[in-house]
Amino acid sequence: MSMTMTQKILADHAELKEVVAGQLIEAKLDVVMANDITGPMALPIFNQMADKVFDKDKVVLVPDHFTPNKDIKSAENSKAIREFSKNQCLTYHMEQGKCGVEHAILPEMGIVVAGECIIGADSHTCTYGALGAFSTGVGTTDIATGMATGQLWFKVPSAIQFVLKGKLPPYVSGKDVILHIIGRIGVDGALYKSMEFVGEGVKELSMDDRFTICNMAIEAGAKNGIFPVDEQTREYMKKHSTKVFKVYEADEDALYDDVIEIDLSKIVPTVAFPHLPGNAHTMDEINENEKIYIDQVVIGSCTNGRLSDLRKAAAILKGKKVADHVRVMVVPATQKIFVQCIQEGLAEIFVEAGCALNTPSCGPCMGGHMGVMAKGEKCVSTTNRNFVGRMGDTESLIYLASPETAAASAIAGYIADPRKEGK
Amino acid sequence: MKANGIVLKYGDNVDTDVIIPARYLNSFDAKELASHAMVDIDPTFVERVNPGDIMVAGKNFGCGSSREHAPLALKTAGVSCVIAKSFARIFYRNSINIGFAILECEEAANDIDEGNQVEIDFDTGKIYNLTKNKEYQAQPFPEFLQKMIQANGLVNYVNEKKG
Repeated sequence: MSMTMTQKILADHAELKEVVAGQLIEAKLDVVMANDITGPMALPIFNQMADKVFDKDKVVLVPDHFTPNKDIKSAENSKAIREFSKNQCLTYHMEQGKCGVEHAILPEMGIVVAGECIIGADSHTCTYGALGAFSTGVGTTDIATGMATGQLWFKVPSAIQFVLKGKLPPYVSGKDVILHIIGRIGVDGALYKSMEFVGEGVKELSMDDRFTICNMAIEAGAKNGIFPVDEQTREYMKKHSTKVFKVYEADEDALYDDVIEIDLSKIVPTVAFPHLPGNAHTMDEINENEKIYIDQVVIGSCTNGRLSDLRKAAAILKGKKVADHVRVMVVPATQKIFVQCIQEGLAEIFVEAGCALNTPSCGPCMGGHMGVMAKGEKCVSTTNRNFVGRMGDTESLIYLASPETAAASAIAGYIADPRKEGK
Repeated sequence: MKANGIVLKYGDNVDTDVIIPARYLNSFDAKELASHAMVDIDPTFVERVNPGDIMVAGKNFGCGSSREHAPLALKTAGVSCVIAKSFARIFYRNSINIGFAILECEEAANDIDEGNQVEIDFDTGKIYNLTKNKEYQAQPFPEFLQKMIQANGLVNYVNEKKG
């Protein structure tokens, strides 16, 4: 046999000994997730297929996009999934004030673990690949089908292998790695493929770095991103979950469409300029050019709203003030992270520096609410997309960056190098 | 099955945020979504589009969010088919699942211009450019997907399978 890690997980879930790239299979699902945008739309479709979800432990509905609800329609949408969760007696009751952003809360609550086959009606569902799971984003009809039957069709993907070596320098993190990779291969560089990360450099990346990297696999067009399971992964799952997990490894003779080596020690702070996540510029280039003054900074989201992200931002903001002309939103991704921010003193650092500290929500990332931009405004954001109009007016500009770069830029008032500002 | 319409042409990486911006996603009413289709990339689209019109675009069409609202908005606005060099995978799945026709054809995507009249034969995958008097061959769907399209989408396919 010669299968990639992703192919092995898919083969097992399709009850097949072997699968090959391009094969169409029907696989059993371990977790089926939707949110307050995709979930309500799925309910009438679900009702055409079933009365009861296939397994009340495996279907999770998370209100996080337009919550706390921004208007009457979004309140109705949240109500629809709340009532459905209650009527179906779903095991996990997700509610604002008790949960957080979907891709942060599912790993944190131990709902997703290694070896699983997971779908979510949100494109960033690929995040859970950090745990060694197959996890991918789908649409509303797919999610309704998953909720009803516990199965879904997939085309088995081929893969690009990323061999990581070395160790990241100070003030450089997972976000810089993935922005560098997307800059290198393009926004469709991994279209329909798996991005499989391997090599001795893996152990140098924290779990939060791995979540960030897998989170943005979709921005290279990938079906999923995936890391092997190591001691750090086991430690994380032991701390967060009681679920039984299974460890898969790629076969030694697995075939890859391409093998790309990434030397982590050579990665520098990287920023994706408008309007594509692949429009990557290194901080060294940026330093040489005219300053790019900004109006807003967002630190948070399913990409970079985890505790270590906020610690890194706080370390730079400590004792400093946000530039007069800049407004900053810090959005911890879950309630637990929010409390940890308070306990560790990060909350005070943010507020003293002049940042708004917001309740967990996807709001600003997709221009939903709580940080929408006006015409001509510029934002440095730790989120995942800088498409036209993504965070507000079609003439506003988004620069994607790490929490370190976002914090440094907040102080400077322009896109700034955390390696300088952090000292 | 056939489609025949006038072409509206766009570039590479047309993302779901411009097809239907998130600020309109507090509704999943198809007509309401259609009334905002393409607004952030082409504010004139909704006025210009006529039932049956065909959208032609470059690579990675529909990249970004998983929102099924995007193909639904285009379908409801009257677009009969999108021809592109390539599609982002979630948009591809979503389109098939709701019975919205999409075709991959690099040659057609390159050669067809805005305003051309185009006819598509979905049974053969042939695309006829009536304005230029040219013919292109699109990639056929795998058999499994053809069955699903014949069943008129995933829901019917699942229900038929259940018997």
